[in-house]
Amino acid sequence: MSDDAKRRSAQLVVAVLLALLGFAAAAQIRLTHQDGSYAGQRREDLIELLDSLAAAAERTQKQIDELERTRSDLLSSSERREAAVEAANEQLAVLGILAGTLPAEGPGVTVTITDPSGAVTAASILNGVEELRDAGAEAIEINDRARVVASTAFVERDGVVLVDGHELRPPYVLDAIGSSHTLSEAVIFPGGLADEVSRLGGEVAVEEAAVVEVGSLHPVDPPEYAQPTDE
Amino acid sequence: MIAIIGLLIGVLAGLFLEPTVPLALQPYLPIAVVAALDAVFGGVRAHFDGIFDDKVFVISFFSNVLIAALIVYLGDQLGVGGQLSTGVVVVLGIRIFSNVAAIRRHVFHA
Repeated sequence: MSDDAKRRSAQLVVAVLLALLGFAAAAQIRLTHQDGSYAGQRREDLIELLDSLAAAAERTQKQIDELERTRSDLLSSSERREAAVEAANEQLAVLGILAGTLPAEGPGVTVTITDPSGAVTAASILNGVEELRDAGAEAIEINDRARVVASTAFVERDGVVLVDGHELRPPYVLDAIGSSHTLSEAVIFPGGLADEVSRLGGEVAVEEAAVVEVGSLHPVDPPEYAQPTDE
Repeated sequence: MIAIIGLLIGVLAGLFLEPTVPLALQPYLPIAVVAALDAVFGGVRAHFDGIFDDKVFVISFFSNVLIAALIVYLGDQLGVGGQLSTGVVVVLGIRIFSNVAAIRRHVFHA
């Protein structure tokens, strides 16, 4: 074999090997660039990948559970708060009517005491108020000006009736909310307010109404000395 | 010259024939390619040193590829395939660098 031919065959062999290399490299590069394919990965790598995915899923699931718990906690606490607010509002209404800070309306009676001789005293009116209270009156006002509450004072100065500082002139009109029949009975029973007033020369008229409005309010100052205590 | 044409033909064939690599060969192909690259750079260096021998080149090419694949296969069987293939790539990379450095000295005299 001549030297030239030998060189040529050597070059050919090298060329074939290089072609093999280029072919393999190109195939491998194409394989690597097929994204999303785990086909070429070895088993341990895949297992590791699977493990890490499982761990991530577990962590995420834990997070989901925690967040759901928090959510239900928040929901129930907001429900509780709503219930508390509702209860507080209800109590506010009850106490407001009791304390005279809220206007009220409902079935009741209107008691009109005429007093042409000026003989009806504050004590008689207080009597009448107490009769109404005994009969279950929930809100009372006199002459659309004086709301009768727990601390209401009935006094007389120079023949004028003062209720919580309001000067009242006859005729005295008592609006009371409650069971209207019971209230009217309480006014006109023998020996009661009606009898007392007529003995003094006045007259009592009771009118039952489906809707009586008690619109006057009793101003309330916050207590200065008394502090609420826990039960 | 023929060698470079051969390389080009191989690359073009790989690109245009779109060969599918058999599943069993897939873990070994990248290692084999790196090993062959090492053999090629070794051959180029020998060529510049004036001691190139085609028989040596062919044998080193195939033995490189086979040993690299064997080591990875063994590693896979032992459960340390990933680490061993990393090791093979590191060793071959060092050899490629030193060969390229020698080639560089011949080409640029630096």
